[in-house]
Amino acid sequence: MRPDSVELAEAAADWIGTYVHVPFCARICPYCDFNVVEGRDDYQAKFVTAVQAEIAAEPGWEPLDSVAFGGGTPSRLPPEALTEVLSAIRSRFGFKINTEISIEANPEDWSGAMAESLIRGGFNRVSFGAQSFDPGVLASLGRMHEPTDITRGVQSARRAGFRSISLDLMFGTPGESAESWHASVEQAVALEPDHLSLYALTVERGTALSRSITAGAPAPDEDDQADKYEMAQARLADAGYVRYEVSNFARPGHACRYNLLTWAQGEYLGFGPGAHGHRGTYRYRNIHRLDAYFQAVLEGRRPEQGREAQTRWEREQERLMLGLRRVAGVEAGCAGKALAKDDWGRRLFAAELLVWDGTRIVVDKPLMGSEVARAVLALASGDC
Amino acid sequence: MTSVSVRNFSIIAHIDHGKSTLADRMLERTGSISERNMRAQVLDSMDLERERGITIKAQAVRLDYHASDGSAVVLNLIDTPGHVDFSYEVSRSLAACEGAVLLVDAAQGVEAQTLANAYLAIEAGLEIIPVINKIDLPAADPDKVAAEIALILGVEADGVIRVSAKTGDGIEELLDRIVRDIPPPTSEGDELRALVFDSYYDSYRGVVCYVRVVDGVLAAGDTVRFSATAERHTAAEVGVLTPLAVPVAQLGPGEVGYLITGVKEIDRIRVGDTITHPGQAAVRPLPGYAEPRPMVYSGLFPSDGDDLERLREALEKLRMNDASLVFEPETSRALGFGFRCGFLGLLHMEIVRERLEREYNLDLVATAPSVAYRVTATDGSSFEIRSPQDLPDRGKIELLEEPYVRAMIIAPSEYTGTIMELVQTRRGSMDHMQYLSPERVELTYNLPLAEVVFDFFDHLKSRTRGYASLDYEPGEYRISDLVKVDILLNGQPVDAFSTITHNEKAYLYGKKMVERLRQLIPRQLFDVPIQAAIGTRVIARETVKARRKDVIAKCYGGDVSRKRKLLERQKEGKKRMKMVGSVEVPQDAFISALRVDTET
Ligand SMILES: Nc1nc2c(ncn2[C@@H]2O[C@H](COP(=O)(O)OP(=O)(O)O)[C@@H](O)[C@H]2O)c(=O)[nH]1
Ligand code: SF4
Repeated sequence: MRPDSVELAEAAADWIGTYVHVPFCARICPYCDFNVVEGRDDYQAKFVTAVQAEIAAEPGWEPLDSVAFGGGTPSRLPPEALTEVLSAIRSRFGFKINTEISIEANPEDWSGAMAESLIRGGFNRVSFGAQSFDPGVLASLGRMHEPTDITRGVQSARRAGFRSISLDLMFGTPGESAESWHASVEQAVALEPDHLSLYALTVERGTALSRSITAGAPAPDEDDQADKYEMAQARLADAGYVRYEVSNFARPGHACRYNLLTWAQGEYLGFGPGAHGHRGTYRYRNIHRLDAYFQAVLEGRRPEQGREAQTRWEREQERLMLGLRRVAGVEAGCAGKALAKDDWGRRLFAAELLVWDGTRIVVDKPLMGSEVARAVLALASGDC
Repeated sequence: MTSVSVRNFSIIAHIDHGKSTLADRMLERTGSISERNMRAQVLDSMDLERERGITIKAQAVRLDYHASDGSAVVLNLIDTPGHVDFSYEVSRSLAACEGAVLLVDAAQGVEAQTLANAYLAIEAGLEIIPVINKIDLPAADPDKVAAEIALILGVEADGVIRVSAKTGDGIEELLDRIVRDIPPPTSEGDELRALVFDSYYDSYRGVVCYVRVVDGVLAAGDTVRFSATAERHTAAEVGVLTPLAVPVAQLGPGEVGYLITGVKEIDRIRVGDTITHPGQAAVRPLPGYAEPRPMVYSGLFPSDGDDLERLREALEKLRMNDASLVFEPETSRALGFGFRCGFLGLLHMEIVRERLEREYNLDLVATAPSVAYRVTATDGSSFEIRSPQDLPDRGKIELLEEPYVRAMIIAPSEYTGTIMELVQTRRGSMDHMQYLSPERVELTYNLPLAEVVFDFFDHLKSRTRGYASLDYEPGEYRISDLVKVDILLNGQPVDAFSTITHNEKAYLYGKKMVERLRQLIPRQLFDVPIQAAIGTRVIARETVKARRKDVIAKCYGGDVSRKRKLLERQKEGKKRMKMVGSVEVPQDAFISALRVDTET
C-alpha cells in the first residue's frame, strides 16, 4: 500500500504496539535531548533483566502490530540480549504474521553477524542513524561512524534478510553546504533503502548544542533548512519515494508501522527507563533515572513516573495535532470543523497552508506545520 | 499668630546643586527634625522620584526659627520641582511665596533651568536671595559664580551669600537674610482668601490640599467654598507640616498648611483655586499660577483590550496627584480603544507610563508622541489637532502651523559652534546670545517644539559632554511645511505609526520606521511589504519575507506530550501579538518602533 494512503493512516488507529527504550550510547551527541546515558555499559545486563521483568509484570493484551526498539542506541546491546527482550514481548503478547519488529542501529555497531542474529531472533526492520555521508558533518554532529559504515550496514542488513531498511539523515547543520547535503541524499538513494527519515537539525533546550549557540556558535538557518528540505523532497520523489509525513519517506509497502500507529493515536506500552506509553485515555512515562528504574522494577512495582489523563477534547485536539503531520491528513471531525470557523484557522486556510476537501483536512505546506498545530491547540473546547 | 512673623519661600536650584541637603540643614538648625530619613519619607516620598532624582510634587515644611536678633519667625519652605517638564509646578509653588533662594553650585555655575525659574520668580514679584553652595569643594570657584549671578540678576557680587550645605557653613547667615530680606506676607482684608497650591490623594484621608492663606483665617470646622467648582465643604482638619502633619485650630493670614475636607475625588479640587467662606461678597480670585499646558500628546492603549476600564481608573487616580495629566478617549484601528493623553514633556510621559505599568500592573502600548498643530482649513475654519489621525486631507488644508518654543541654553562657550549646528538640524534660529563670563555663554533660540521635545536634550548633552543645560518656554505658532507620513503594513495604514513631520524630514522618518519594523515584525505566512507614504506617494519600502519553516522535525511516541507542551508555550507567545489587518505584530514592536532614539 502506498505509505501516504488514507486507509493505511486510519487503520493504524486500531493497531497496538510496544516500545522498548534502550538508553545506552557510546557518547552523547551535542544535539540530543533523549533520555540517554554515556559510559554505563556495565548496566546493560541489569537493564535486560529489569526490562524483561517489567514486560512479564504486564497483564496480557492482544497480539501486537508493532514492536520498536529505540533509544539511545539499541545496537549497543549484544544481539542475544535484544533477542531475549524480544522473546519476552512475544511470549507476553504474541505477534501477528505482519507484525513490524524494528530496531534502531548506529552504523559503527553493526556487523553481518549481528544482522543475522537479529533476523533469527525475529527482527525484520532496521533503521540506521546515518545522518550524513560527509565526514565533516558527521564530526560536527558528534557521530562516531564513517560513511563506509553506513554502506556496509545496509548491505549486510539486506543480505541477512531485513524486510525494511531505513536511513535517518540530518540536514541543516551549520557549516553543511548545499553540495554536501545533495551528495548525502545521492549516496543514500544509491543504497536503495526502503525508507528514509530526513530531520532538520533542531536546537533543543538544555543540550550542548544550545549552549554553544548561546555562547556564539552559528545556529541552524531556517531558509537554509527549507532549501535543503525542498531539494531532498524533489530528489526522493524522483527516486520513487513517497512522502507520508513531515520528515518520512518510503517506498510503497514500507511505511513505518510504529510511526503510523503513533500519529493515529494508537495504543502502545513503553518499557525501559524514560519510555512513554499511551493507553486509551492517558499517556504515561517511566522513571528516567536508571537506578531508580531498576529499583522500582526489582521491587515488583510499576516503574511509572507519572501519567496525564486526557479529556475527550484534548484527545480530539491531539488527533489533529498528530494526524495533520501525515500527508493523509485527518478527517475534519469536530475540531477540524471548529478550526475552519475559527479566525486563526481561517487565516491558515486562506494562506493555503490548510486544505479541506469536504471530508479531510490536510496540511499543504508541511514545513509550516507548527503554525497549524498551535492554531488547533488554541481552539476552545466550547467550539465542539 | 500675626502675619509679621511669617516668611514663605522656595529654593530654586538645578538638580544636584544641593537643594535637599540645604533643606536638611535648615530643618536641623531650626530643630524641626533630627533624622534625615524622616525627610526622605516626607519630602521625597515617591519611589520614582528617588530613582530619577526629581522632586515631582511640591510640598511644604514649616520651620520655627529664632533669628539672631531673638525674634521668633515661622519659615515656610515650599519645595519646587527641578525638571524642565515641570516648570508650571514651579510657578504654582512660587505663587505661594514672597521670596526665593536661588541656589547655585560653586563648582558648576548657573544652569539654564535655574535661570528660567529665577526669571519666573522675578516676574512673580518675589524677592530673590542668591546663594552659592558647596564652597567647601576644592573645585569651588565662588568668585566666578558670584560674578555670573551678579550679571544675570543685576545685583552686587558681594551680596551673594556663600554656604556649604554639607558643613553647615553660612546657614545662619542665610536664615537671617531670609528673615531680613523676604517681605512678610501682607493681606488686603479680613475675608478669607486662601490659595490651593498643591494637593494629593491620601487613601485614608481623601484629598489633602496644600494651602496658603492670603487674607483672613481658615479654621477647622469652617464651611469653605472652592471658587472654581463652587462646591462647599467642611474643613474637617487644618494643620501645618513640621514636616509631620500637625493639626492646628486655624491658619492665619500669610500662613501655609494643609486642609482636609473629606472629599475623595481629586478632580473636585482644582489646584490654583481660591478658597473662601460662603456668603462672602464677590471675591477677587487670587492670581493662581500658569495653567499646566500639555506639550506632548500620545495615545495609550491597553495591550489587552479587557484592561480599558482599569486603564481609565488608573489614569483618573494618577490625575488626582497630577493635575497636568489630561486624557480623553481615543480609538485606533490598530490598537483598539485607549486614551489620548497630554503630557508636559517626554519625561512626564515616561513617568506616567511607568507608574501605570508598575503601580497599576497595566501592559500598555503608546503611540508616537505628537505636539498640537493648528489647522486652518480651506473652508476657513481653524482648529487644533493633537493626533496625526485628525489631520484632514492635504487638499482641505489651507495652513498648517506648529508650536515654537524659546529655548535657553547655558554652556561653556567653546561649545557654541556645535550647539549652533545641532539647532540648525532642528530648524531653529538664534534669538540672542549673552556671555555670562568669558567661558560661559547663554544662547536663546526659537525652535519648533516638536524638534525640542523628543531627543533634543539628549543630543545637546552628548555634544557638550554633559555641560549644557536647557530650559524652554512656549512661544508662538508658525506656519510650516508639514506633512503626514503614514506607515503601511501589507498595504494597510497603521494609524499608530503615523506622524506629522517637516517635509524635509519625512524621508528620514519613513526610512527609519520601515527599517525598524522590518526587524521587529516576525516573518509571517506571506511576504509583508512595509511602506512609508505621504498620501499616495511611497517614500520608503522594505519587505518581511514569508516564513519558510516552522515545524517540529520529530514527533514520535515518546515526544507527544512534550511537543504538545512546547506548542502550547509558543501559542501563548502568539497571544502577545496584535492583528493589524492580516499581519501579526508583536506588542513590543509598537513600543520598540516608536521608541525615541537617543543615539546621535
Ligand atoms: N561638598 C559638598 N557637597 C554637597 C553640598 N551640598 C550638597 N552636596 C552634595 O551634592 C549632592 C546633591 O545634593 P542634593 O541636596 O541631593 O541636591 P538636589 O538635587 O539639589 O536636592 C549630594 O551628593 C550632596 O551630598 C555642599 O555644600 N558641599
Ligand atoms: S546516538 Fe542517538 S540517542 Fe545516542 S546521543 Fe546520539 S542522537 Fe542521542
